[in-house]
Amino acid sequence: MTSERNTDIEIRLLIEAIYLKYSYDFRNYSGASIKRRILHALRQFDCLTVSALQERVLHDPGMFMQLLQYLTIPVSEMFRDPGHYLALRNEVVPLLRTWPSIKVWIAGCSTGEEVYSMAILLREEGLLERTIIYATDINPHSLDKAKQGIYSMQSMREYAENYRIAGGRRDFADYYTAAYGNAIMDSTLRDNVTFADHSLATDSVFSETQLVSCRNVLIYFNKELQDRALGLFHESLCHRGFLVLGSKESVDFSAYSERFEPLVKPERIYRKS
Amino acid sequence: MVIGASAGGVTALFSVLGALPAGFAIPVICVLHLPDDRHSQLAEVLQRRLRRPVCEARDKQPLRAGQIYVAGPGYHLSVERDLTLSLSQEPPVHFSRPAIDYLFMSAADAYGAGLLGMLLTGANEDGAEGLAYIKHNGGRTVVQDPCDAQVALMPEAALALHQPDHILSLSGIERLLAALEPSAC
Repeated sequence: MTSERNTDIEIRLLIEAIYLKYSYDFRNYSGASIKRRILHALRQFDCLTVSALQERVLHDPGMFMQLLQYLTIPVSEMFRDPGHYLALRNEVVPLLRTWPSIKVWIAGCSTGEEVYSMAILLREEGLLERTIIYATDINPHSLDKAKQGIYSMQSMREYAENYRIAGGRRDFADYYTAAYGNAIMDSTLRDNVTFADHSLATDSVFSETQLVSCRNVLIYFNKELQDRALGLFHESLCHRGFLVLGSKESVDFSAYSERFEPLVKPERIYRKS
Repeated sequence: MVIGASAGGVTALFSVLGALPAGFAIPVICVLHLPDDRHSQLAEVLQRRLRRPVCEARDKQPLRAGQIYVAGPGYHLSVERDLTLSLSQEPPVHFSRPAIDYLFMSAADAYGAGLLGMLLTGANEDGAEGLAYIKHNGGRTVVQDPCDAQVALMPEAALALHQPDHILSLSGIERLLAALEPSAC
């Protein structure tokens, strides 16, 4: 019991130390998940206590970068939840078309799978050329991977099926070149993509947008931080702009439940009301 | 109260949840291992059969007494200290997402000695560590008697890790729950 209480105190101190030293703010992340990830990292780094981990992280920025890979969850897929992309194509694209130029913000883009999915969809709808995509994340390693656009062929085979169900119009293989068991994404897909370091916990709005996609990010935040992030999206979105969330996320329990109206509720597509 | 089950778990859940006294005054949260398809009907099926309020757990949903929550497929389910639920997509544990261990451990942190944890039939070791952690945090634990379980591996794994407060058959669990005073639970 006492040791558990100590662990909880140490976790709070570690998160505070990370914030003070590196300005990464995990203080309002969901407690249960962040605790598990810290305890998991503890075992990987052979630290006996969270305090021991804190000492190493505080004095060694390289160590912090390694820990950051455990604190963020780079789980992503291309055309994840194909029904969501189908609804984007059928319900959102026709309205998106009415703007002469389009800005899309993919918040928490992780290793880029959602970015390439969005770029492919917009290209097939003839909108990519007049779109700027801002792809942001707090993890520089994930952003590097996103910029490189190299994924294993094994995962591409799964994504091809997602792409087909999502209403893809071509052969998925048209969008990459296979080499050495990997797929290299067509680099012209990211001609209009700006990758940037941005934190939903500490940074502010940087552009007006027509569409914000933030999928499976908010579940890692507590209610307060969810409200902050939704506030940023609300501020960034133009009048009647679109917000799309992950399949298990909603605005229902947030302070913004009245300020976004569902457009395709099962697919978590909302409009600024 | 938290309940975990895997293979054979649907039938076991029907008997256990069906035995809850009318007007039970606690939240009940269940993880049943499910195939990772995205539209599970478990909550609807339970609700229809049991005639009790059952819903699929949602992110940031506040826990309410008298409500049964079941984890949906593809996401881990946790209880936060402020007694709300949260979902996450960390890698599977014991090949399972949702993982029983994640629910049990987070609920033990949130409820401490006020938690009753129950591990039923299953073909997997998930839940054993979480149940021991509930006990370690002062909560009460129940393991389905392996002889009574449709698949014994999950209860056996739990018994190998700690001595629970009760080892009971499904009918024993039903009697235990029926005997709980609504106000005490």
